[in-house]
Amino acid sequence: MAILLNENSKVIVQGMTGSEGKKHTERMIKSGTKIVGGVTPGKGGQSLEVAGQNVPVFNSVQEAMAATGANVSVVFVPPKFAKAAVVESVDAVMPLVVVITEGIPVHDTAHFFTYAQKSGRTRIIGPNCPGIISPGLSNAGIIPADITTKGSIGLVSKSGTLTYQMMYELRDLGFTTAIGIGGDPIIGTTHIDALREFENDPDTKAIVMIGEIGGDAEEKAAEFIKANIKKPVVAYVAGFTAPEGKTMGHAGAIVSGSSGTAEAKKVALEKAGVKVGKTPSETALLLRAAIK
Amino acid sequence: MDLYEYQAKELFATHGVTTQVGKVVSTPADAQKAAAEFNCAVVVKAQVKTGGRGKAGGVKLANNAAEALEKAKNILGLDIKGHIVKKILITPAEDIKEEYYVSFLLDRTNRTFLSMASVAGGMDIEEVAASTPEKLAMIKIDPLTGVDNNKALEISVAAGIPTEVQKDVAVLIEKMWKLFVATDATLVEVNPLVRTNDDRIVALDGKVTLDENANFRHAENENFVDTENVDPLETAAKAKDLNYVKLDGSVGIIGNGAGLVMSTLDVVAYAGEKFGGIKPANFLDIGGGASAQVMADGLGIILSDPAVKSVFVNVFGGITACDEVANGIIQAIEILKSGSNYVQRPIVVRLDGNNAEEGIRILKEAKPENVEIVDTMDNAAARAAQLAAGVK
Repeated sequence: MAILLNENSKVIVQGMTGSEGKKHTERMIKSGTKIVGGVTPGKGGQSLEVAGQNVPVFNSVQEAMAATGANVSVVFVPPKFAKAAVVESVDAVMPLVVVITEGIPVHDTAHFFTYAQKSGRTRIIGPNCPGIISPGLSNAGIIPADITTKGSIGLVSKSGTLTYQMMYELRDLGFTTAIGIGGDPIIGTTHIDALREFENDPDTKAIVMIGEIGGDAEEKAAEFIKANIKKPVVAYVAGFTAPEGKTMGHAGAIVSGSSGTAEAKKVALEKAGVKVGKTPSETALLLRAAIK
Repeated sequence: MDLYEYQAKELFATHGVTTQVGKVVSTPADAQKAAAEFNCAVVVKAQVKTGGRGKAGGVKLANNAAEALEKAKNILGLDIKGHIVKKILITPAEDIKEEYYVSFLLDRTNRTFLSMASVAGGMDIEEVAASTPEKLAMIKIDPLTGVDNNKALEISVAAGIPTEVQKDVAVLIEKMWKLFVATDATLVEVNPLVRTNDDRIVALDGKVTLDENANFRHAENENFVDTENVDPLETAAKAKDLNYVKLDGSVGIIGNGAGLVMSTLDVVAYAGEKFGGIKPANFLDIGGGASAQVMADGLGIILSDPAVKSVFVNVFGGITACDEVANGIIQAIEILKSGSNYVQRPIVVRLDGNNAEEGIRILKEAKPENVEIVDTMDNAAARAAQLAAGVK
């Protein structure tokens, strides 16, 4: 088993005909993902040869879903058009939308996130994230598929490269699913959402959670872990030496209180009984000790 | 991107948020001239991007032009929390009856927008939140429906604004929201929003933070870029499209991906504890899929920082191919060596992931001067800290 993405996932790529879209569609196909189509308005009816496969292009998400039964969309659309692309997927009732695009204005994300939440039918992962991989089953995004294989660890992370680093540290154990939830101020799927899924997944034996400075998602996750998670969880938090954020406005600091710093996050997690590593490799050792 | 008060007020003026647009000057003589033109009592205000200006002596009342000259002399050059005052704003003084607080901001926790409003304006709002939270109204704003007349009035009433001016304040609140949306702001704050003796509602101060991700639809944002008060290395890095932040340590850092680079800083500082507190000199993220050229640009920036004693290149190749990174290091060293003021410094490299073996092979074969390959992130961080401490 894996969470949110498995061998039955049928994936379309919004923005497949762009250079990034094409490159990563090829990588996804090569790592075993069932890519059933792409969406580029105005290019419907064409097809794109990727990795020896003819992938049909549709004008809209709705058309693509009707023709292929797709249930996951990966978005590579540039920031300018990303809001419209996600809203289109929500309107088409796409169950899972993975937004890889970096640099989307936060007003646009606030809009499409609220829109999806009100629909109650679409889960968003991202934006500004590497996506989600269930090794050996499916890969929706840009996480390299050759780092590790199917296994028993669940991973949820704000950062892309730290996701890769941690998968590499624990490559002998393998992963059920690894999710990069993204580092933007507003994201669709949170640490808590992923933790809940991992807790309910019988194949996931232990969970690694990676956080970084900003917001209070890690503190919220700590409370959630204490109340709801019985499986071993270890954590890593990046940004102890990072300078105070330049965009952290005066008023914004009130809302998050003393949280936002790496230290506050570490303290909150440790209070909830979660061991926090000083480095990624120490975190990997803590995980190994936890499952012994 | 944070704006100066005078820039925020320019935006207020264009969006119908009643304010006083004063005159921005950078010399005492010009301050005197501006005050003489207003021909009334004026307020001389330091233009710095930090709070607590008043307490630091950066805001003074001047009754006439001669006083404005004196106050300007005192304020210009003042160091307010590390920000040196280079510009001052001269505005006519207002007769103030009451001071309020109103803001719109991004609420990360609830993944939406938030309005905060209070009758306890003119003070540090964090203090109000801590000591008299009942005086601070916090109202969630739905990004899909925004703020109309009714919502603005709801905020005004919740803040406890006196009945006589509730509607006038609401009119201004609605305009603040329109500004918040139109400029893609993540913060629009007015503190104080004043009620004058003749019951006008005026934004006496303004704080605006804009979302740089939205620059593509705001060509005018270019005017707000602060070139004067930015570290020259940060400016050079920005010109090369590199994400660089200057820090105060001695180990230059290059990595790929914001999270990994942040982690690298921590791991270096952690390893540096053993060598008398060696710290990272910078944050530099060369991003995903970095080419040899990007690597060369990054190394060039870092080695032009005289504080750097050693460099740690920490790459986990996801999309980034490590052979590209290796070639970039070799090219960068060649380019830098041909420059006139190149000072050699040891470079510690750790490569893992995509094409790591090939990258390591390239480096071992080319044997660039002063480059060491270390197998893990922790060991490489320790070695870089050791070299920065002058231990061979």
